[in-house]
Amino acid sequence: MKIAVPVKFVPDLVEELTIDSSGAALDTAWLRLIINEFDDHAVEQAVILKERGGGEVAVLSAEADGVDDFLFTTAAKGADKLVKLTGDFSAVNNHALGKAFAEAIKTIQPDLVLTGVQAHNDLDGSLGPLLAEYLGMPFVGYVSGVTVSGDKVIARKEYSGGLVAEVEVKLPAVLGIQASETPPRYVAYSKIRQVMGTAKIDEQAAEGLDAASGVTVSRMFQPESAERAAMLEGSPEDVSDKLIGIFKEAGAL
Amino acid sequence: MEVTLSPLSPSQSKTFFNSLLDLKEGERLRTCLQCGTCSGVCPFGYIMKFPPGKIIGALRAEIFDYVLKTDTVWMCISCNACTAFCPSNIPITEAVMTRTKEELLLAGNVPTELQSALENTQRYGNPLGESPRKRADWTAGIQPEVNILGKTRQPVDVLWYVGDYASYHSRMKSATQALAKVLNALGVKFGILGPEEFSDGDSQRLAGERGLFEMMAQKNGQAFRKYKFNEIITTDPHAFNALKNGYPALGVEYPVKHYTQFLAERIEQLKPMLKNEVKAKVAYHDPCYLGRVNGVFDQPRDLLTAIPGVELVEMSHQRLNSLCCGGGGGGMWLDGFQWEKAHTRVSEWRVREAVAAGADILAVACPYEPPRFEDAAKNVPNAGTLKVREIAELLAESMSL
Repeated sequence: MKIAVPVKFVPDLVEELTIDSSGAALDTAWLRLIINEFDDHAVEQAVILKERGGGEVAVLSAEADGVDDFLFTTAAKGADKLVKLTGDFSAVNNHALGKAFAEAIKTIQPDLVLTGVQAHNDLDGSLGPLLAEYLGMPFVGYVSGVTVSGDKVIARKEYSGGLVAEVEVKLPAVLGIQASETPPRYVAYSKIRQVMGTAKIDEQAAEGLDAASGVTVSRMFQPESAERAAMLEGSPEDVSDKLIGIFKEAGAL
Repeated sequence: MEVTLSPLSPSQSKTFFNSLLDLKEGERLRTCLQCGTCSGVCPFGYIMKFPPGKIIGALRAEIFDYVLKTDTVWMCISCNACTAFCPSNIPITEAVMTRTKEELLLAGNVPTELQSALENTQRYGNPLGESPRKRADWTAGIQPEVNILGKTRQPVDVLWYVGDYASYHSRMKSATQALAKVLNALGVKFGILGPEEFSDGDSQRLAGERGLFEMMAQKNGQAFRKYKFNEIITTDPHAFNALKNGYPALGVEYPVKHYTQFLAERIEQLKPMLKNEVKAKVAYHDPCYLGRVNGVFDQPRDLLTAIPGVELVEMSHQRLNSLCCGGGGGGMWLDGFQWEKAHTRVSEWRVREAVAAGADILAVACPYEPPRFEDAAKNVPNAGTLKVREIAELLAESMSL
């Protein structure tokens, strides 16, 4: 079974996000990128499936700072093929990224495409359904368990309220992974270093990157504070005294 | 996991045993008497399926595979007590325990809590997962301003390697600021690396991640080479241990002291500045990697007794026989895992000893300890009034800084 895992790099929230002078995008000066957490689970699920039933895992990513290290890490976990799409992805939304991934995935001809069900910077819909559309494959999202049986998979899909459904999907298909069956594994750094010496990253120029497809952002801004909140200032003792006063006034004490 | 004896391949045991013999003093493993001292002195030996002595026994019996099927070696907090008391001088912590953790890590048998600390170290250069850019944020407001070498590029006498917890931990920042003020008051010309400083990596190494340790050593080495200084001082005994005993073999070699050694050398200059009385019974906790591993027992005590009003009291475990705070060897990142196995914390045991010794203050010299002991004091009867203070904080208090 061939599994393709397209992954996305997203802003790392360890650094504070600031908006650039255009007022419609993040300032990239201090922006640090990190693998989308759900995509990390998609990679893990792919490796689990390979370990369980054999096959080949290809991980694809668009070029960005830190992508090479990430791809080598996935190889140390068990990925067989590493693909890096090159081009200017700085202003690319999910519609354009999905198209670029779809072209690269077509050449792999996978039986299964696993990707994170969402990312915190999905401004124009999540990647999975877009990929399914461009590839002409069915899509199931919010998946937290995958069983392969012949030319079908049973996807365990979570609904709100604690409901779980088992959905049978004919292959090839795209699944949006909510969580891998076991948490993403740790690989010793020595193993990653070893892989860096042997694994190859296949660089492919992304075709037809069109940032204007899908939606455009007209304004981006920090949450604006309303007037309703009162900030209590002073030492912890002062603040707690004031708070007790407010509670008494409101009849709560 | 229950162990039942069945025929299995001895090859893994043999290969592993041979790899231990190749380590420094590794040949001593052949002299193990199976006396059990190591397992007895280990604070968690009673919980491990394979305490240190039994691991050596399993290696000799060529059934090391069984050890790799258990996870209780993650109870090892690398406190070095086993090594210190081994009558055959076997490097048990460095060789047996650390290498066993390395094998478990390579096999993917890693508790999730530990995993995130290691991933954070790889990504951000610190196990707390904080922004590297904010590593020097604690310096805000200190006067004269702390010299961040990347900004000023001025040569200094002393490069202060601040370390992870001393830089970022909300409880530790005040202790770090106190030390900066003490150094300023002494007129020490010092600088820090700030955002260019990476984790020392020693606790990660003792948790089985040697590759990560080497990566950290390389990055810190690159930063050290950029600046001019005469010696390094550290806040953290683990960093002191890394720089003194681990980095030189990786080509990063500088004279290094723990800050308590550095200040003790200047005790005559300090004494007239220690004006305020700190009237308290003070118990000093010897950090494993300052005391037991590196033999620094007296300087921290000398600093404490130089403070007017301080009456030094000793706890039942002290000096070479000190009891670990529980944070070493990955313990800092295995709190949930270890609680599940033991339903107790070594830090609580230690706080009970401080209470029994009649201490008002538990003085420490390692950045893992204030948060660990303060948390523990909340759980220990009669520890409500026990204060946990870094030596630097007590000095700064006595100097009105």
